[in-house]
Amino acid sequence: MTSGTATQLTMHMDALRTSGRKALVAYITAGHPDRARSAELLKGLEAAGVDCVELGVPFSDPLADGPVIQRSSQIALEQGMNFDGALQMVRDAALTIPVVLFSYLNPVMNAGPDALQRAADAGVSGILITDLPVGADPEREAWLGASPLAYVRLVAPTTPASRMAEIGRNGSGFVYLISRLGVTGAQDSLAGDLPETIERLRSVTTLPICVGFGISTADQAALVGEMADGVVVGSAIVKLAETSVDAALALVRALRAGLDTCED
Amino acid sequence: MATMQEVAAIPSDRFGPFGGRYVPETLIPALDELTAAYEAIKTDAAFQAELNGLLQSFVGRETPLGFAPRLSERVGAPVWLKREDLCHTGAHKINNALAQVLLAIRMGKRRIIAETGAGQHGVATATVCAKFGLECVVYMGEEDMHRQSLNVFRMQLLGARVVPVTGGTRTLKDATSEAIRDWVTNVERSHYIIGSVVGPAPYPRMVRDFHACIGHESREQMLRIAGRLPKTVVACVGGGSNAMGIFHAFVPDADVQLVGVEAAGEGVLTGRHSATLSSGTPGVLHGSLSLLLQDENGQVHPAHSISAGLDYPGVGPEHAFMKTTGRAEYVAVTDDSALRGVALLSRLEGIIPALETAHGVAWICDNAGRWATDEPVLLCVSGRGDKDVGTMMQHPIMEIE
Repeated sequence: MTSGTATQLTMHMDALRTSGRKALVAYITAGHPDRARSAELLKGLEAAGVDCVELGVPFSDPLADGPVIQRSSQIALEQGMNFDGALQMVRDAALTIPVVLFSYLNPVMNAGPDALQRAADAGVSGILITDLPVGADPEREAWLGASPLAYVRLVAPTTPASRMAEIGRNGSGFVYLISRLGVTGAQDSLAGDLPETIERLRSVTTLPICVGFGISTADQAALVGEMADGVVVGSAIVKLAETSVDAALALVRALRAGLDTCED
Repeated sequence: MATMQEVAAIPSDRFGPFGGRYVPETLIPALDELTAAYEAIKTDAAFQAELNGLLQSFVGRETPLGFAPRLSERVGAPVWLKREDLCHTGAHKINNALAQVLLAIRMGKRRIIAETGAGQHGVATATVCAKFGLECVVYMGEEDMHRQSLNVFRMQLLGARVVPVTGGTRTLKDATSEAIRDWVTNVERSHYIIGSVVGPAPYPRMVRDFHACIGHESREQMLRIAGRLPKTVVACVGGGSNAMGIFHAFVPDADVQLVGVEAAGEGVLTGRHSATLSSGTPGVLHGSLSLLLQDENGQVHPAHSISAGLDYPGVGPEHAFMKTTGRAEYVAVTDDSALRGVALLSRLEGIIPALETAHGVAWICDNAGRWATDEPVLLCVSGRGDKDVGTMMQHPIMEIE
């Protein structure tokens, strides 16, 4: 993929759905635990069975993140990682699977008015901003919506159906469904009302639905894969990556195997 | 569903370009619910009667307005002190904590979350929660827990759970992030009582309104006791709650100057300061767009101040707006000057102020000559200094000349 566009992410996710393959979306923090190992992990994800990478652009005050991603963000910032550093990683990795930037509004805003075009030029396909809910800032949402990148939006378990529909209309690529109340991080069990939440969302949008927050094992991935179009795993991978890229990739392969047991 | 008139009656979530609701999606329904509940109690006579009764009998309002004769002599203009330090728990913070607890009870939420820097908001919240039998969890940076150990103990004595925050700079900024994370996790049964005029809408406007009694009382007291409005109203600004509280009633009085005093720490040029309005740039932190201390990559820059209550890299969005429009002026005072402010108010008026308040005292004294002899200066004495005695003891007692 030489230049990323919204269409590429959308086509990729739609193709996965058509073929019955559940999307494995892997989050990693750019520059964690250092640039070299982060680059090695990014390159390894594709061969390990990942369908889409969420690359975290670290922010100093990540209020939607749990302890693991907070820590990885802090370490990445100490290594000097920033928006353009993350773009350079994408350029260097030259993946064939789509890359979605995952960040907070402040570092993205500060990267300048042409930040999204620079990201597309680097091969990024989409962007997700955790602290910019639908309707919060029409001007900046229009900036994100009009960019060459797919604009991936989040739905929470607390989101009412009418708002879910609005989010579906405003997003592209896929919808990121937050599995439970809370911040990112591994959990022993999944939220009991997840099937109902997925059904409510399904009834108001045709976008593929990927479920994240709290998913850390192959069994959990398989369980969610039965209901959704894909799963997002972050903290569990990031935690392992801090000490071993190989261990992180081994988990990714296990998650892939788990997801591949899903019947469509 | 709200009718069209009701929707139109809900104030904008912004102050010019500043403010807004930059939070995780999970919190949006809770902010909608809070906005609706807040709008409903504005015109609810029973709620207002209960709140006003408690402000009187429990908090000790109205607080006195006192003339400061020896300080006035030094400044060359009459200085008047609005004594928020005489509120129950020792600072203005309880005005907001009390009102928000009543609001939480009305919303059926019996678990209260708060963040605290100097500990005053935490103590105020713990106090009101104890009074109403609510569960109270207070997030506090580990660094601040050391600086304000007395307040940590007070909160524990009142039955609150004080959770140390070890991430980031281990101060108010990180405590606020952690409180928001708790809220995202427990939103259905918890209410987050934010301690300043910061955060996502409706907090900046709501917290201002809950502190607006400071300004309304002061304005009436100035007219009644001093016989005129002040020439200048002075208040310290961290997040900016006591300042918005005292400023708000004076905003329509175009001849009244409003001056917010920030913490210049070791000096604005050293980079170790909390002077967000003086040197910040627009950015998003903790749910609102305001001015922010940040680097060129949009990473939040650690703040510094001798005063834990001012040690915050953001500021309320309405202050950012008033700076932009020029309605208020914002200045900054160093740690050393603040210590001198403590000495001045202690020795001249017999009032040991909080380090936060001392910034305002120092600025007034440094600007002696700015006012004609008949131009009154009104200072909000936001809190008493007992909590800061440990910090003050690390410095020699300053003699005033």
